[in-house]
Amino acid sequence: MSEIVSGFFQAINLIVTLNPEVMQIAALSLFISLAASIIAAVISIPLGGLIHFHEFRGKRVLVVLIQTLYSVPTVVVGLVLYLMLSRSGPLGVFGLLFTPEGMVLGQTVLVIPIMTGLVIAALGGVDRNISDTLISLGATGFQTIVQVIREARLAILSAVVLGFGRAISEVGVAMMIGGNIRDATRVLTTAIALQTGIGDFPFSIALGIILLLIALVIVIILNLITSGLSVESQQVLGGPRT
Amino acid sequence: MIRIAGLSRRAGGKTILESIDLEIHRGEIFTFIGPSGSGKTTVLRLIDLLDMPTGGTIMFDGTDTAASDEGVRLSIRRRMAMVFQRPAVLNTTVAGNVAFGLKFRGMEKSEIDSRVPEALDIVGLLHLANRKAVTLSGGEMQRVAIARALVTRPEVLLLDEPTANLDPVNSELIESLILRVNRQFQTTIILSTHDMIQGQRLADRIGVIIDGRIVQVGTTNDIFYQPVGKDIARLVGIDTNLKGMVKTNDRGHAEIDIGDSIFEAITSVSAGQRVALYIRPEEVTLILPDSISCKTSARNHLSGIITKMVQFGPFIRVTVDCGSPLTALITRRSCSELGLAVGTVVIAGVKATAIHVIPDLG
Repeated sequence: MSEIVSGFFQAINLIVTLNPEVMQIAALSLFISLAASIIAAVISIPLGGLIHFHEFRGKRVLVVLIQTLYSVPTVVVGLVLYLMLSRSGPLGVFGLLFTPEGMVLGQTVLVIPIMTGLVIAALGGVDRNISDTLISLGATGFQTIVQVIREARLAILSAVVLGFGRAISEVGVAMMIGGNIRDATRVLTTAIALQTGIGDFPFSIALGIILLLIALVIVIILNLITSGLSVESQQVLGGPRT
Repeated sequence: MIRIAGLSRRAGGKTILESIDLEIHRGEIFTFIGPSGSGKTTVLRLIDLLDMPTGGTIMFDGTDTAASDEGVRLSIRRRMAMVFQRPAVLNTTVAGNVAFGLKFRGMEKSEIDSRVPEALDIVGLLHLANRKAVTLSGGEMQRVAIARALVTRPEVLLLDEPTANLDPVNSELIESLILRVNRQFQTTIILSTHDMIQGQRLADRIGVIIDGRIVQVGTTNDIFYQPVGKDIARLVGIDTNLKGMVKTNDRGHAEIDIGDSIFEAITSVSAGQRVALYIRPEEVTLILPDSISCKTSARNHLSGIITKMVQFGPFIRVTVDCGSPLTALITRRSCSELGLAVGTVVIAGVKATAIHVIPDLG
């Protein structure tokens, strides 16, 4: 017990004194997950829109498949990407394995299904009357799509923030694609796993506190966003947040 | 202006509209009336080119809309505007909502800034221009939807049950707005309603839709006083539907045998033909047999017993069994003055001119 308490105080000290290694790991984590979330958003929003606005055979099956991928284990994504990015894999020539860029790619792949699925749900939450009204007011097909996406903007933003949450808290892809290399690919989650393994609890706790603070910021942002959402949209995102 | 021929629409294996033929003239208020689910909304959506028909054509100023490409359909759609039964407002200000149609047309900001307040003024919501539209009441939202449609200066304004969800005060407001827009801007207005009285108040012409078919088109007088069938008669509030045979017809003045009694009516149907008689309830007067003067100016007097009395707003619908059932609509005051109750014996009077007679085709 005393070890935990003293570890906690040492961790606070590491944070307050802006320990360079702790800060470097936290900054890299934020950079990788933010980059992955932005790239995933750029792909997921149009993709979700494409799926929502078009009727085609197998649409329902595709949506169910996307929803299934929400909970795909991160180590499975890590394994598949490892095989693709390894020197003998189809993408081996790019040399992305054990690089931050590879980790960005990995987290992007991990986050795309959840973001796409939530974007589809967000667009589905927009009243059908809205698109009829827009068309009736003389909107072109493109103007209608843009306006419906704008109507769902808060729910879509929430989807992006939730995707970021999944990216920064995952460990499987970061470990397998990044390799947890000091000063290169070590991020919060992989560092916590490693430091705990070697018994450096103060360092792990410090990183854990930073991760929790990031989670807290995400929840606060979600709260701010969803307070401006309709009840229906809040339900799409898992119920109203208080 | 709009010519509809053989229009039909099927969806989900079900026929929603079948063989609609109709012409809508520029500047008129045309009203579709019919029971819920009869296809009124579907026909409005087809006219606004929101849906594609499965058969038939809609010609807009001579252009076949179904055979046109999306560009032509868009340019035609931009000459119209539709207000839906449940108005959808976008998550922005009232003024922002009204500006959408103009933005879609690529209009200059200065033009938008002058037209939006103008449209809001017409619907009496200028003072709410900067309010978030989602915070408005149902009646205000409907007026925003009308302003949003009017701001584009449409040649045709389509209104789907515009007052269905509104209280009487707001309904009256919307109705007077509809009439004003039609008179002031000569806008062709096509609206649907299941409120017969509203149809009667607003329409220049009425199309009755029952089970996806147009069963009668005519003026309000045609529809409400000369329905061509039992279903239409019932829809427009005619309860009394009697069958009989024309006994004599002297230059349009006929005697019709309905079994228990003889009715005098004005009709061109010749003697010997079977006919159906429709009598609007407000055309039937009731008096007590022991009153000083049992006679009214009506040509037909039938004695009967009141079998049913139903409240109908400020009126009471009284069903009298005169051998055949006759329905009268009388004020509460008259009812209480005459002391009417179920079982009271009364004399029902009907003018010969108030009886609508059509050949009974079985």
